[in-house]
Amino acid sequence: MGDLFNRFGTGLSTVFLTLVMLWLAGMVLAPNLMMIDYALRPNLPPAALGGPDDTYSLANITYLATESVHRVIFFKTIWASALVALVTFLVCYPIAFWMAQRATTGQLAIAMLLIIIPFFINEVLRTLAWFILLAYRGPLNSVLMGMGITDAPIRWQGDGGVLAAMVYAYILFMLLPIFNAIESLDRSQLEASRDLGASRWKTHTRVVIPHAKAGIATGFVFTFMLAAGSYVAPSLLGSPGSRWFTEIIYNWFFEGGDWNRGAAYALVLLVLCLAIVLVTLRIARVNLADVAK
Amino acid sequence: MSHSVELADIGMTFGTTRAVSDVSFKVQAGEFFSILGPSGCGKTTILRMIAGFIQPTDGRVLIGDRDMVGLGPDKRPTAMIFQSLALFPLMTVWENIAFGLEARGMPRAERRKKAEDLLQLIALDGYGDRMPGELSGGQRQRVAIARALAVEPSVLLLDEPLSALDLKLRQHMRAELRDLQKRTGVTFIYITHDQSEALAMSDRVAVMSNGVLQQVETPRQLYDNPATPFVARFVGETNALSGTITQVQDGIATIETALGVLHGRAGHGAATGTQGTIYIRPEALTPTVTAANTLSAQIQRVDFEGSFALVHGQFDDGAALAASIPSTRLAEAPEPGTRASFSFATEHAVVLADG
Repeated sequence: MGDLFNRFGTGLSTVFLTLVMLWLAGMVLAPNLMMIDYALRPNLPPAALGGPDDTYSLANITYLATESVHRVIFFKTIWASALVALVTFLVCYPIAFWMAQRATTGQLAIAMLLIIIPFFINEVLRTLAWFILLAYRGPLNSVLMGMGITDAPIRWQGDGGVLAAMVYAYILFMLLPIFNAIESLDRSQLEASRDLGASRWKTHTRVVIPHAKAGIATGFVFTFMLAAGSYVAPSLLGSPGSRWFTEIIYNWFFEGGDWNRGAAYALVLLVLCLAIVLVTLRIARVNLADVAK
Repeated sequence: MSHSVELADIGMTFGTTRAVSDVSFKVQAGEFFSILGPSGCGKTTILRMIAGFIQPTDGRVLIGDRDMVGLGPDKRPTAMIFQSLALFPLMTVWENIAFGLEARGMPRAERRKKAEDLLQLIALDGYGDRMPGELSGGQRQRVAIARALAVEPSVLLLDEPLSALDLKLRQHMRAELRDLQKRTGVTFIYITHDQSEALAMSDRVAVMSNGVLQQVETPRQLYDNPATPFVARFVGETNALSGTITQVQDGIATIETALGVLHGRAGHGAATGTQGTIYIRPEALTPTVTAANTLSAQIQRVDFEGSFALVHGQFDDGAALAASIPSTRLAEAPEPGTRASFSFATEHAVVLADG
C-alpha cells in the first residue's frame, strides 16, 4: 500500500483505491449479500413483502434437504464435477509432462498453439460443436457404424456427452498450472531417478507429481469449480437423466419464479464448492495465494 | 565388486556437431580415472554415453567386458553423481539414499537399515530424517555419493561434483572421495575441468580437447611427458618457446628459438628439421645463470601466492615468462621492472613437434 502511494502520489493512489473498493463493493460484495438475503427470506407476493410473514429463516435451504430429486442431483453434480476434474487431469498430465520436459522449443510452440486456438472461440460454440459431433445421427456415430464397430447409433448425449464437453472445455485450466509446475523440475532429477533404477511409474509418483503438487491442486480447483458451475454443457449435451444442479437453480429463477429458493440453492452450491476447494488445498498443502499465481 | 569400462572408437554427433570422435581407452576395475578438459571438450558427453543417457552414434561401450549397446541408465551397473547433485528435495535424506533400493522393491525396514549404514559410511549418522535443503553443501555432496553407492554400482560416474563447493571444502572432499574410492573399491570415472583436482585424485587421467582424446596417463607422466602441445599447455602452467628442432640425439632435442639454442628432452614427434616448441615448467626455472639453457626476460610483476611466488615477465620475442620461486628463497626473486636471467636443467624441459 505504501509502495502504491510512493509510486503514484496521494491523488492518483486514492483514485485507484476508491475504484477498486467500489468495484469490490458493487460487483462482488453487494450481489452476494443480496443473494444471501434472498436465500433466507420466503417467496412472497409483492403485497406481503415487509409484512408479518417476511422473516428470516432457513426454510429455503432445508427444502433442498427434503426434496429428494434435487438432493440427488446436487450430490451428483458434486461428484461428477470431481470426476470431470479427475478425467481432465488424466488427459492433461501426460501432455503437460511431454510439453514441459520432452518437447523441443518448436514442438512446444506448436503444441501450445494447438491447445490455445480453440479457446479463441466462445465456449457456447465449442459446446455446440460437441453437440453436432455427438448427435444421434451425427459424424461420430456414422464413423463408428461405417467402421463396423457398432450396428446402431449410440446415444452419446447424457452423462458421457457432458463429461466429454467439460473435459474439453477445461483442458487449459488444468494443463497450464501443471505445465508450469513440471517445467520448473530440474531435468537431472528425472535422470537421477532413472539412473537409480526407478521405473517410469515410480519416477512420476515419487519425483514428478510431488514436485508438481501445487500445480495439480490448482488445476483440480479450477476445473472442479468451473464444472460445478457449468451451465452450457449440461443444458446442451445433457439428457433428462443427467441434469446438473445449475439447471435446477436456473429453473427456480426463470421458470419456477421463486428467486428465493433459487438463491438458496446457489448459496448451498457456493458454500459446498468453497469447502471442497479449501479442503483440497489443505490436503495438498497449497495456499490460495499460490493458486492465484 | 567393480568392473572395467572400455570405450572402443566411440563417437557422438549431435546434428552436424561432432561432439566426440573416435575415443578409445580402457579404465581398469577399481581404478580412479579422471577425464580432464576445458568445458565443451566432450567429456560430459562421454560420461553420459557410459551412463547410458545417450547412445553413441558410433563405437561401443563395454562395462565389465559386456557390450552396453541399447541399454538405458537403469539397466547398467553404473551410478551417476550429477553436477547439480540432483537430490530429491521433497524426500528426507534417508529416503534419498534409499531411493534406488525402493525402486528395486526392497521392504521399507530393510531400506532404512541400509540407509543408516551408508549414513555412517559418510559420517552423517543421525541426519536421516532431515531434508536435503537443511544440509550444508559438503553434506549434500556426501548424501549424493551415498545415494549412488546404495545401489552397489560397480562403476561410479562423477560429473564435476565438487565444482559448486568453496576451495577449502573442495580440497577436503577430494581426500574424502579418494578415501571412499579406496575403501569401496568401486571404479570411479571422474569428470573435471580442474587440472589440480584431476592430478591430485586420479590413478590415471585422460585429457580431452575438442572431442578428441589427447592422452591417457598417470598424473605424473602427464605432467612430465605431455604427448601433445595441448596437454603441455593445459595441464599445469608452462613456458612455451617455439623454434626449429636442429638435432635429436640420445633423447635430447636441440631447438633453435628466437632466444637462442635450448635443450630439452625429446618428446612426442620431435624430429630434426621440424617446427617444434620447448615447454618449461615454472618451477624448473631458477634465477641463476648456467652455460646452457639460460633465458633472460623483462620482469613485470611478482605474485606472492603463499608457498611460492610467481614471477611474471616477457621474453624478448614477446612470449610470456612464468617462473615460480619457493617462498623460502623469496630473497632471490628479481625486482619488477628489471631484467633477469633464468636457467633450467635439460631434463626439466620437453620439446614437442608443433601441430
